Amino acid sequence: MLEDIYAVAGELPYILFGSLITLEVVFFSLALGLVLGIPLALAQVYGPPALIRLVGLYVWFFRGTPILVLLYLFYFGLFIALRLDVSALASSCIVLGLTSAAYQAQIFRGGIEALPHGQLKAARALGMSDLQGIRHVILPQALRLALPGWSNEFSILLKDSALVHVLGVPELLAASHHVASRTGGHFTYYILAGLIYLSITLVGLKLLRGLEAKTRLPGHAHA
Amino acid sequence: MRVEGAACVNEPREQSVLRLEGVGKSLGGRRILNDVSLSLRKGELKVLIGPSGAGKSTLLQCANCLIRPDQGEIFLDGERLNQHNSGQLRLFRRQVGMIFQDFNLFDHLSAQGNVSIALEKVRGLSRREAGERALAELARVGLADRAALYPAELSGGQKQRVALARALAMDPRAILLDEPTSALDPELVGEVLAVIRDLAAGGMTMLMATHQMDFARALADEILFMDNGRIIEQGGPDVLLRQGAGTRTLDFCTRLSLELAGRDGLKANGLELLP
Ligand SMILES: Nc1ncnc2c1ncn2[C@@H]1O[C@H](COP(=O)(O)OP(=O)(O)OP(=O)(O)O)[C@@H](O)[C@H]1O
Ligand SMILES: [Mg+2]
Repeated sequence: MLEDIYAVAGELPYILFGSLITLEVVFFSLALGLVLGIPLALAQVYGPPALIRLVGLYVWFFRGTPILVLLYLFYFGLFIALRLDVSALASSCIVLGLTSAAYQAQIFRGGIEALPHGQLKAARALGMSDLQGIRHVILPQALRLALPGWSNEFSILLKDSALVHVLGVPELLAASHHVASRTGGHFTYYILAGLIYLSITLVGLKLLRGLEAKTRLPGHAHA
Repeated sequence: MRVEGAACVNEPREQSVLRLEGVGKSLGGRRILNDVSLSLRKGELKVLIGPSGAGKSTLLQCANCLIRPDQGEIFLDGERLNQHNSGQLRLFRRQVGMIFQDFNLFDHLSAQGNVSIALEKVRGLSRREAGERALAELARVGLADRAALYPAELSGGQKQRVALARALAMDPRAILLDEPTSALDPELVGEVLAVIRDLAAGGMTMLMATHQMDFARALADEILFMDNGRIIEQGGPDVLLRQGAGTRTLDFCTRLSLELAGRDGLKANGLELLP
């Protein structure tokens, strides 16, 4: 028994390193999804019809194609064909980020469209440009509204990040799988992996809840 | 065109601040505004009345180009607005204030933030200057002590007064008001009308759509009666609303007050009419 615990403890650094890679993948994918998702959402709401169709196509493609297919397609296909030297880790972040952008765009679009029409009108009536209105009036409100949906996207992306082990990225699942096959302790290490995923979700959602509470507007609390 | 002699003395007073000429607008294949012309001279208050769907809101929004008219011209201080020049358009809009029926305050900003945001972002004041000016404008509408509250914490009447402060902070040449009291509980109408009355007394140039006929009768320099996208009658309240004038305007107002009286039934004497 004690030996078992020592054995697991010995493998822990390896698994914790995997957890760090998972966090890295999640962070960069969410960030890329955010940076692309906001302009995509704005384009879908305010853009000219041609642009709206184009964004629609993008969203359809990335929501409709399995992430595994995209991972293979980008890493073994696209980047090679373009003679780009992109690491497995970077490819993973790009694929997950582009996919997340499609979902995040829908989350932000929901937030923007939930605002009354008069908001941008009032901004324009004060002499703001549309860009200023979006920056100072629309987005601060839309992002607040989008936060609960965005938390959801975080927890989904965390789980999707396990898929990138197929490219050999040594993230949490890959590390656990490796150790499990080497030691034969499948039960132990997959349970450990599951617990770590659950803890990351717990902490992440707590932080996002905190952000929600912090940005909640006075007079909007649900008594 | 130069005008000779004595007329020149009067010119600054006589020249219109805001003038619409032959403004028309179609939406969804329907003609919603048809050849509307009007002009507001400095300090004038004109009141726009007419049945629902007459085009009052559309006209007001065309007048500061929130809706772009597809016909006609708009002049501010005699200068024609080129609505395709976005810089000129923004400058124009900031000089023509707009008050909406449902306030359209920015919910994520305090009362003070609502007033100061455009001072900062549009007029380029520093945050401190903008904040101070915002406080001064809020004081002007009697809300100095509410500056830190958010729209969700304000009553309808207070929200509309913040909206007025927000428009005033831009030092507008004229203000357009689209039924500023229609969304308010009757007991809150008075406080908003009082601010507008003060503005009128202070020489603000205004065009206001309203159903507050007592207000119009007492303060309007001219009443414009609209129906089907046209101004079909216009004149001083003493002319259009004179007993037995036989005008559409009088007819409309009589029906309006009957409707109001009918709706409020037994508590008819609770009708919120202005002093
Ligand atoms: N975007 C639009 N597309 C098509 N028709 C519109 C649009 N906006 C307004 N209309 C129509 O234009 C007409 C005038 O509308 P407007 O809101 O200007 O009337 P109003 O005089 O302000 O009425 P109310 O007293 O109800 O506010 C109405 O018949 C309305 O249905
Ligand atoms: Mg209207």
